[in-house]
Amino acid sequence: MNRLALTGISKQYPGCMANDGVDLTVKQGEIHALLGENGAGKSTLMKIIYGVVKPDAGQFEWEGESISVSGPAHARRLGIGMVFQHFSLFETLTVAENIALSLPKDQSQDMTALSNRIREVSEHYGMALDPQRFVHTLSVGEQQRVEIVRCLLQDIKLLILDEPTSVLTPQEVKRLFATLNKLASEGCSILFISHKLDEVTELCHNATILRGGKVSGHCDPQAVSSHDIARMMVGDDTPLNQDFQKVEGGKVVLDIADLNYQSEDPFACTIKQLHLKVKGGEILGIAGVAGNGQDELMRLLSGEETTSADCIRLLDKNIGDLSPTARRQLGFAFVPEERLGRGAVPDMSLEQNTLLSSAHLGLLNKGWIRFDKVKALGEHILQKYKVKSAGLQAQAKSLSGGNLQKFILGREIEQNPKLLACSHPTWGVDIGAAVLIRHALIELRDQGAAIVVISEDIDELYQICDRLCAICQGEISPIKATQDVSIEQLGQWMTGQFKDVTEPAVTSEPAYV
Amino acid sequence: MFKLEKRPFDSRTMAYCSPLIAFALTLLFGGILFASLGHNPFTALHTFFILPLSDAYGLTELGMKVAPLLLCAMGLSLCFKAKIWNIGAEGQFIMGGLGGGFMALQFLDAESSWVLIPILLFGALCGLAWAALAALLKTKFNANEILTTIMLNYIALNALLWAVHGPLKDPSGFNFPESAMFANAAILPLLHEDYRLTIAIFFGLFAMVAIWTLISRSWLGFQIQVLGEDKAAARYAGFKENALIWFALLVCGALAGLAGVSEVTGPIGQLIPYISPGYGYAAIIVVFLGRMHPLGILFASMLMGLTYMGGEMVQIEMSLPKSITGLFQGMLLFFLLASDLLIGYRIVKKAPANIEAPTTNRVSA
Repeated sequence: MNRLALTGISKQYPGCMANDGVDLTVKQGEIHALLGENGAGKSTLMKIIYGVVKPDAGQFEWEGESISVSGPAHARRLGIGMVFQHFSLFETLTVAENIALSLPKDQSQDMTALSNRIREVSEHYGMALDPQRFVHTLSVGEQQRVEIVRCLLQDIKLLILDEPTSVLTPQEVKRLFATLNKLASEGCSILFISHKLDEVTELCHNATILRGGKVSGHCDPQAVSSHDIARMMVGDDTPLNQDFQKVEGGKVVLDIADLNYQSEDPFACTIKQLHLKVKGGEILGIAGVAGNGQDELMRLLSGEETTSADCIRLLDKNIGDLSPTARRQLGFAFVPEERLGRGAVPDMSLEQNTLLSSAHLGLLNKGWIRFDKVKALGEHILQKYKVKSAGLQAQAKSLSGGNLQKFILGREIEQNPKLLACSHPTWGVDIGAAVLIRHALIELRDQGAAIVVISEDIDELYQICDRLCAICQGEISPIKATQDVSIEQLGQWMTGQFKDVTEPAVTSEPAYV
Repeated sequence: MFKLEKRPFDSRTMAYCSPLIAFALTLLFGGILFASLGHNPFTALHTFFILPLSDAYGLTELGMKVAPLLLCAMGLSLCFKAKIWNIGAEGQFIMGGLGGGFMALQFLDAESSWVLIPILLFGALCGLAWAALAALLKTKFNANEILTTIMLNYIALNALLWAVHGPLKDPSGFNFPESAMFANAAILPLLHEDYRLTIAIFFGLFAMVAIWTLISRSWLGFQIQVLGEDKAAARYAGFKENALIWFALLVCGALAGLAGVSEVTGPIGQLIPYISPGYGYAAIIVVFLGRMHPLGILFASMLMGLTYMGGEMVQIEMSLPKSITGLFQGMLLFFLLASDLLIGYRIVKKAPANIEAPTTNRVSA
């Protein structure tokens, strides 16, 4: 019997058709993947199933009965549970208290009984949780478990997971998959949203692929190659082939030594004894789970936070105490994690955003803006990096994530940097733009620039980086040539299992094979 | 029924229409107000908005109100562009007037108009210093500038009251809380001897052009705009946030101070307890009514100046209280803020929840 059958679901938002006649069938005990690029309509469809959004048209059948979900509470009563990408937990409450908040009154009265049930359920599914712990002491992976256990305490029939692996280390992903398999074997249906193809192939029984709000294909992920699935996701006109040659860099461009940093923000990560060397003509990848000091490191690199001068050196020049402007003049360029609201001003035009970080390229004349030069540079960036927009006067916020990222990356690369630091360069970007961005990075590398890529996307790091390391709680793992780092080892590094290693934290002469 | 729906993009048309809608609503409700007071609304509105401008004298009087409003508003627009919510133009205006007046009283025997230069400069400097206090509190102690500038307004007002009741009181003034009349040389030149309009209007127009150029063409102006739009981007680009805050506040303080000293060395000609009918506050409305655009601010300051004259006119002609002015200014701001909602949102007819919705409004992908 079908647990869930959607037919012809459509949802119109102002200016875009988020779902256009989508059909989706999920059977009992099936793990069903919902694939698609950002903006393909996955989230909207999820929200429709969970009752957050009402569809404009279409049939909603639940266990053979045609119904209309009136809201999340109704969905939960039906046995639908959802784990969002961003958790909704109170950090200052315990696990049990957080779970009690979402349960009906009669189940949350007796906290001891609830704690026992939490322990029981979480152990049964192989994701042990201590109900008495405060949420802020949990790792991201453990917080996700709280969210899942919260769903499992109800009589769950369909569990929806929105990109659950994006915040997990490879080891944690394995554990999550074991849990999900067990759940499915007990008859619970699972809707698994992702854009990581290998995970889908490993876990899911069936897949529905969305593109531009429409279903572009169904398939059995075990039977179809991930290349074919990718094709269905992006359409026919995007190149997918991305094999880049690994190289060995030249002269050391960026040299970070003994970098310690304690932010004024009590929730920020402390950077401890950080050593790092990046050579010209290489890409160094820094993996890590979000919140382990990546943001702080990026700010220290960009000069948004400063430190003592000799901690950071660019080509034998002490720059640790220099402002972002001074660093840019020395040949730094940065692509921050937040595109809108840091890398670009949302309400300003692309022309103004061109000027934002490029003023030192002769765009000023004694403090007056040379609009002809700004325009020329802007047009050049739009063309060269294939930025789809309504022209230079379009507001930055009107661009899609991928196009805006191409614009920002282009703007930074056009400064001819000696060092480019990128944070999550292709996060939330469609595949077409991601390919272009990676090619642009490789091209810049081949011109001799040193590049640091901070990312949570491990596949991407393996694809483009020449050397790899991981950051955990503000400390950096050993750095090794990419081909010498197994994914298991990187996963261990991401969880901090490098601190006991006897070899020094930085090998200035990495062992290339 | 109707409901509000977020627009995919902010409406430019609505951004320009909103002040007009606000003005129309102000007229409507002003009319209702007059009618409820037992006056013919049309005659009353005519008296308020048209009669003051019916002759050359009225027009020059309007110019006299526009000058201080324009000076304060241009300074404020610079602050507001940087999202520095300086409510202190009133205090900076008063300190400018007080400081300039003090200086003018040092030159009671002056013969040459050159004395105006130190007087004006010192007035502007006092306004600037008053704004510097707010800048210091904001950059050093992270104190909210809305609160500090409002408090500084009251301190400035009380400083003026103290001065005219005490040290600057005219010794031969029968104990009235007023200073001596300034020397003729310390009075701003009139544009025409029959009218009271002084060259202060040129200060205002010059400030308008200067700030306009600064905002639209200079790197400094660009940085101020970025700071206001997006602090994180300003930091990322390496702009010096505190320096920009200082700059915007000091410029605003100097312009408001100049407006203050131009007022006491202009139509007033001495220091009195109340040198500002709330120009510094009205200028806030002017900036928003004028959409932060210099030309818009010029028109808005004319409208706002008119509300002062209209208030006086209905007092003379219809024996209504002068506080009608404040009522009209308040209504203008209130309706403007209300209409501004329509820039980001639109009103749509709510379709009944219908699963088989018509497909005609689909946007092709």
